[in-house]
Amino acid sequence: MTDDAPALAQPSSLRLTPAFLIGAALVGLHVVVGLMTLVWTPYDPTAMTGGRLAPPSLLHWAGTDRLGRDLFTEIMIGARIALAVGSGAVTIAAAIGVTVGLLAAFASRAVDDVLAATLDILIAFPTLLLAMLIVAASDGASLGTAILAIGVAASAIVARLTRILARRVLAMDYVTAARVSGTSWLGIVRIHVLPNIWPTLVVNFALQFGLAVIAEASLSYLGLGAPPPNASWGRLLQEAQATVYTAPFGAVAPGLALVSLVIGLNLFADGLRDVADPTRRRRG
Amino acid sequence: MSLIDLSAVSFAYGRGRNVLDGIDLKIEAGRNLGIVGESGSGKTTILRLLLGLARPTAGRMTFRGEGLDPGNRAVMRGFRRAVQAVFQDPYSSLDPRQKVFDIVAEPLRSLKIDMDIDDAVAGALASVDLPPDAARRYPHEFSGGQRQRIAIARAIVSRPELVLADEVVSALDLTTRIRIVDLLKTLSERTTLVLVSHDIGFVALLCHDLVILEKGRIVEQGAARDILSAPQHPYTRRLLDSTPRLMDFA
Ligand SMILES: Nc1ncnc2c1ncn2[C@@H]1O[C@H](COP(=O)(O)OP(=O)(O)OP(=O)(O)O)[C@@H](O)[C@H]1O
Ligand SMILES: [Mg+2]
Repeated sequence: MTDDAPALAQPSSLRLTPAFLIGAALVGLHVVVGLMTLVWTPYDPTAMTGGRLAPPSLLHWAGTDRLGRDLFTEIMIGARIALAVGSGAVTIAAAIGVTVGLLAAFASRAVDDVLAATLDILIAFPTLLLAMLIVAASDGASLGTAILAIGVAASAIVARLTRILARRVLAMDYVTAARVSGTSWLGIVRIHVLPNIWPTLVVNFALQFGLAVIAEASLSYLGLGAPPPNASWGRLLQEAQATVYTAPFGAVAPGLALVSLVIGLNLFADGLRDVADPTRRRRG
Repeated sequence: MSLIDLSAVSFAYGRGRNVLDGIDLKIEAGRNLGIVGESGSGKTTILRLLLGLARPTAGRMTFRGEGLDPGNRAVMRGFRRAVQAVFQDPYSSLDPRQKVFDIVAEPLRSLKIDMDIDDAVAGALASVDLPPDAARRYPHEFSGGQRQRIAIARAIVSRPELVLADEVVSALDLTTRIRIVDLLKTLSERTTLVLVSHDIGFVALLCHDLVILEKGRIVEQGAARDILSAPQHPYTRRLLDSTPRLMDFA
């Protein structure tokens, strides 16, 4: 599209930037690998399949760990765990965050002030610290508590964003026109607020997904994530730490997996911004 | 009986000073009313009261003789069906994510008006001189003047008795203004208009009666002809002197 072209964008038309395609490919790769582990892995993830701390080879693409297990198999399973935690946490954060954010946006001044202050305090807490508190308060570390903890911690950020975006929409004359037409508050949310804030929210969800993947790895690294035999990338990193000088690939491989997924999610989020909002597509 | 009646109405935002003070005015069916005043005189605030978006802090407002009580659903429903609005900014008054069809259809759907929606929307678009295929497009594909026409189509689609318009032409250039004035003139054969503007010349083209507002008080009110030919209040004279004579074009 050239600079002098008229703004005739149809909101359904897609514009796929290279960043978006690279991001989608990286995320897609992780999704395919993660799903594949449900039916097939190169080796039994718990079996000793070779020498200990073996370097990468044709038989063991990422080498073996200190118990002789195939590292590539464990990293593949780690992708499944990362995606499960990410999608679970983002679902929780979206459900809580969007609801609270909308309530705050519609609430009276006093209620809104209290909610806004509460959110600010929650957001000031590092996600990891909040998640650690939730894990500590529950029965013990499990995949479920990790998802819940990260989701709840992220929901404050989603709530604050939703509140700001919704307030902006509510100040528009088209909402006043809707009120004059007798559209109910729920109707205003459904017809005007959600469609207008959705593109920005979806982009934020993709970014939150990346942060959740990092948070899960950090929790697992600290021993607060999913317990063995769940091969979380964070746990692989932690286990490789002691031998990082003699067998560096034990740390490099899961690190690469983690970084590639997070970068993929961020590129995907960036590209999504343009795809989701045709009225602000970049020109030229 | 007048359509809307304000008696001794005052209004303040929050705990602030009175932005409107002791307003008495009647809106009669068939008599277009212009509310004129400079910036900050309280024009938009009166309009918000007339639209039922805010309630007087003192005084009384009635619709066909009945008080407007949000708890009284029957009265509120009749009121919502009778009164529609066009806003100043043609950009923020149309939802960018809705097709024109859905924008214009919204009052019919929300007010549950028993009309064929396709026919009513097509009719409303035709009466503001927009082509039928406009319904399938999005607001960002239209110019400011065309957007204002879409907003007017939305305001008249449900055939309200009263259409309130806040500075509808101030964001438009002169030729577009003249076309919108012509359009409003045609519409006022079917519905009563209340026009709010700082531009007494524009309002005088379309209104039978005028209300002159200064700092939240009415300083002069009466037939537009009388006020234009013999303004009583110095503030009115100043307003008259400061407006370009759009009348000369029409
Ligand atoms: N939401 C608000 N809260 C507090 N004060 C307000 C608010 N809106 C308007 N006011 C004040 O009320 C007074 C009247 O404002 P209003 O918007 O009704 O004026 P107006 O005649 O429409 O002006 P303009 O021609 O600039 O649109 C102004 O002094 C303004 O500062
Ligand atoms: Mg105003």
